Amino acid sequence: MTTMAEPAAGGAARQAAGLPRLLPTAPGQDLRAHLARHGPVPYRGGAGLLIPDVRAAGLTGRGGAAFPTHRKLAIVAAARGRKVVVGNGAESEPASRKDAVLLRDAPHLVLDGLQLAAEAAGAAEAVLYLHRGEHRALLRALAERHAAGVDRLPVAVAEAPPRFLAGQETALVSRIGGGPALPTFGLPRVSQRGVAGAPTCVQNVETLAHLALIARYGPRWFRAAGTAAEPGTMLTTTYEAAADGETRCLVAEAPIGTPLADLLPGLAGAQALLVGGFHGTWLPAHRAAALTLDNETLGRHGAALGAGVLAALPDDRCGLTEAARVTWYLAAESAGQCGPCLNGLPRIAAAMAELAGPRPRGNTRRDAERWAGLVTGRGACHHPDGTARFVRSALVTFGPELSRHSRGQCSARGRRPFLPLPDGVPTTDDDWM
Amino acid sequence: MADYQARRSGPGTRTLRVNPIACTGHGVCAELLPELIATDEWGYPIIDPRPVPYALEPEARRAVAACPALALRLVRE
Repeated sequence: MTTMAEPAAGGAARQAAGLPRLLPTAPGQDLRAHLARHGPVPYRGGAGLLIPDVRAAGLTGRGGAAFPTHRKLAIVAAARGRKVVVGNGAESEPASRKDAVLLRDAPHLVLDGLQLAAEAAGAAEAVLYLHRGEHRALLRALAERHAAGVDRLPVAVAEAPPRFLAGQETALVSRIGGGPALPTFGLPRVSQRGVAGAPTCVQNVETLAHLALIARYGPRWFRAAGTAAEPGTMLTTTYEAAADGETRCLVAEAPIGTPLADLLPGLAGAQALLVGGFHGTWLPAHRAAALTLDNETLGRHGAALGAGVLAALPDDRCGLTEAARVTWYLAAESAGQCGPCLNGLPRIAAAMAELAGPRPRGNTRRDAERWAGLVTGRGACHHPDGTARFVRSALVTFGPELSRHSRGQCSARGRRPFLPLPDGVPTTDDDWM
Repeated sequence: MADYQARRSGPGTRTLRVNPIACTGHGVCAELLPELIATDEWGYPIIDPRPVPYALEPEARRAVAACPALALRLVRE
């Protein structure tokens, strides 16, 4: 499987809308090329001054939760004392590659955004939270900026372990504070008491890159792409089967509201679409092919964009097998801190494995659904909720396949796994450090 | 608890909340307050999310005090 950034193709319409905005047209841009394209970092000269523009632009978090960015900034800007801004590049989703591609191809845009967010929030500290092994290019970029005197705040780089929950906001705060990357429970929120007790503003790295562009080109420019309710563009990671049966993974930038069929040319011929990644929702492909890339539309079908993962499962695979593999992974990635998640997810995973095999017992589907209901809303983080959403939508979308399995049949012609899963599960406390 | 008393504003404005990380599933709360707390098949509490009725506040407070893990709280909405 290969991951690539979208080729420059896309035609005049995309260029007129200023696309691609985030990804450079040629890879390997150094600071000089970055500044030549976008100009210097437009510092505003004080805390809070950029926030009205971010608000007018309607920028929302691109890490998955789609929370209004200006509100996060404003809460921290209003707080007293030492404050911290964190750029979250620890993409927790194995199927999402967009942050890794962005950090590789446009690190300076992210770092501009981090400086500007820190200024807007009145932060005295800036941290970049990254997966192990993905920070070399960033350290090089930081060194370039240091030499050129571009950054007003020094940036600390913190390492995230390769765990699904490592990018979760409270887990991030714990890890940067020197603890394990495990979610914590309760108030006050990270925006009031985060890293080392300081009010902390956590922004996804793509969100920061958009912010850096809004600061330069303004909210009107930002709104020239996207929908009125959900302005701008977003990075997506799409998966389709190529002609040779290999999985083709592509990171692309698209205006919000783009028809999903434009992003996934083979969607009409696929079986189902996973929207929003492993905490997301399966939809039948024929239904998904009529939908657009925005939460307003997807929400009416019980789905959400999340971090922009779209995976079109080809016709020759078994959706239940795919769902069972992912559910097993999600159960293994439970932090194991909350009883319902610790007990429920392995049972759900076992039920899904049985349903993926021949002639499952008659009550297994009902058990899986009941357990999915039982774990929802009962964890310190949203891991059980997201897992339950994924499982329930699989059971509905792959209903016809369930019937086939109950008769001892399966429609899969290929056994090759489709969705990407990392190796290894956490076994010791060190795995969370 | 004193702090909580001082801030009370009237009946039906508090809800029970469990810290799911701290909770170890003793089940004492469900025994003391079956009207609002059930247990799942693994022994962990399933809590009625609605405000605690005034008449049940003493029992709710007792359940909070009895939790061996200090995981149950009565919080103002």
